[in-house]
Amino acid sequence: MRNAFAKQITALAQQDPRVVMMAGDIGNRLFDNLKAKCPDRFFNCGVAEANMIGMAAGMAMSGLRPFCYTITPFITYRCLEQIRVDVCYHHVPVVIVGTGSGLSYASLGATHHSCEEMGMLRLLPGLAVLAPADEMEVRGALKAALQYPHPVYIRIGKKGEPVVHKTEPNFIIGKALPLRDGTDVCLLGTGTMLPVVLETADLLAKAGISAKVVSFPCIKPLDKELLSEVFNKFKCVATVEEHSVLGGLGGSIAEWLTASRAPGRLLRFGTPDEFLHDTCEQEEAREHYGLTAPAMAERIKSEMAV
Amino acid sequence: MNPAPALNATGSADLDLIARRLRLKLIEMSHAAGTPHLGSALSCVDILVAAYWNILKIDSARPQDPLRDRFILSKGHAASALYATLAERHFFPAAWLDNFAKHHSPLAEQPAPNCAPGVELATGSLGHGLPVGLGMALAGRIQKQDYRVFVVMSDGECNEGSVWEAALFAPAQKLENVAIVIDYNKWQATGRSNEVMNLPSLRDKFAAFGWSASEVDGHDISALTAAMENVPNGSGRPVAIVAHTVKGRGVSFMQDDNNWHYRVPTADEVLASKKELNLA
Repeated sequence: MRNAFAKQITALAQQDPRVVMMAGDIGNRLFDNLKAKCPDRFFNCGVAEANMIGMAAGMAMSGLRPFCYTITPFITYRCLEQIRVDVCYHHVPVVIVGTGSGLSYASLGATHHSCEEMGMLRLLPGLAVLAPADEMEVRGALKAALQYPHPVYIRIGKKGEPVVHKTEPNFIIGKALPLRDGTDVCLLGTGTMLPVVLETADLLAKAGISAKVVSFPCIKPLDKELLSEVFNKFKCVATVEEHSVLGGLGGSIAEWLTASRAPGRLLRFGTPDEFLHDTCEQEEAREHYGLTAPAMAERIKSEMAV
Repeated sequence: MNPAPALNATGSADLDLIARRLRLKLIEMSHAAGTPHLGSALSCVDILVAAYWNILKIDSARPQDPLRDRFILSKGHAASALYATLAERHFFPAAWLDNFAKHHSPLAEQPAPNCAPGVELATGSLGHGLPVGLGMALAGRIQKQDYRVFVVMSDGECNEGSVWEAALFAPAQKLENVAIVIDYNKWQATGRSNEVMNLPSLRDKFAAFGWSASEVDGHDISALTAAMENVPNGSGRPVAIVAHTVKGRGVSFMQDDNNWHYRVPTADEVLASKKELNLA
């Protein structure tokens, strides 16, 4: 995903002279092409995220469209107040991109995990929160963010994630992307969990359960129209995210659901309210938290049997 | 407030009178609104006068001109000083000051985004003005506009890590269209700033970080003007001016008394201040 990010931001910078790329001392060689094409609009801001976000806000106030990029916990938790005051309070179009989100960097330990940041950022007024699923959605999300006159946060994975979409989807901020029709259960997947969600749907199909699958890359604003449709149509709707079940996609939909009159039940897959202390790779971390297709299919089957 | 002087008033006697009038206005505003931070506001008045009367290329008729110089009062708790200055420079009617910090006033205790013409940034949380100012300065460079960015910070504000992140970054970029003025009044909210954190020497610190750093009497408008007028100064470095000031400057019973970080003057104290400022 990060290669797709680098390619797309390089293309956007060449098309639009307002685009400025700011990196927090990460992406070794990733932006060489952008630096060559637009040398005055690439900044390695060093390991200094608070200053990077503040500067991006100052640029946006002056007519530019800065994109800030570094590892997710550092560009979110570390400089949360700069995002809140400089970017959101002033409501300027800064795009903040976190890479290696969720458990992408599981092996580096919890300092590098981000399973709470969507919940934190979602509370900031006026900030869109996006979690594209694959490189096609990353491209669409970046293009949409540049057209969007408001602040945007985008969480992406690392590299080599499976590609779900055959072509680039029409990415609209606030709209979900239905992928597969089904009649018994609806699965809403966000971010890099989407391929696992599709695998889960395959396993359910073998057990005679027909699953609708929707890619749900916009945690904020929510696609309330789609939510209303699926929670009225399906007995059970599951959310799947590499993020805490608190505050992210599932948490956000839980809030929406309590205020709606929709009858569907919500089943949330994600990480629990704890730090991961085990030494493990991303796949092992997902297994640890039941975020694999077999584990999720089993839980959905038992839920459907109730 | 009396009518503003001509835009090109630079005589030191004129500016001294303006500074005294602004100080009285701040004292009246604090009294009327019951707002704190008067000592902090009084300490930066001469810096504002030097900037707004002698330095900044700005036009109150076109407060959003993309080519204007930017002025950020990063120590947002001294906002009353900025408001009174902007009113005196005709950015908005002086009558707005009468409703300072009152319900529905555009002029809150600390400025909100786009609250009034001439206010560049919502400040109040310390350590934000310099990074945002650097972003504005970089934007000027990218868009080939030769405006300057001036950021006024407090010494207490220099406790914030974001200030030093920005201090490291600007010289690396040879960002010479930026100047900071530190209102070094030697106090922060609850203690001597040199004791709470190891601030001395601020000038040496900024020089070591790669800034073109100097020290100046922060109540000498001519000296402040001389320090600020050459930005960029040809050194290829951003400019740091450490302005030695006195908290509560201008009124004997407020000067260097940190109780006036929070105290609000009584009606009698307003009258006494007026006499001391030779405006009675």
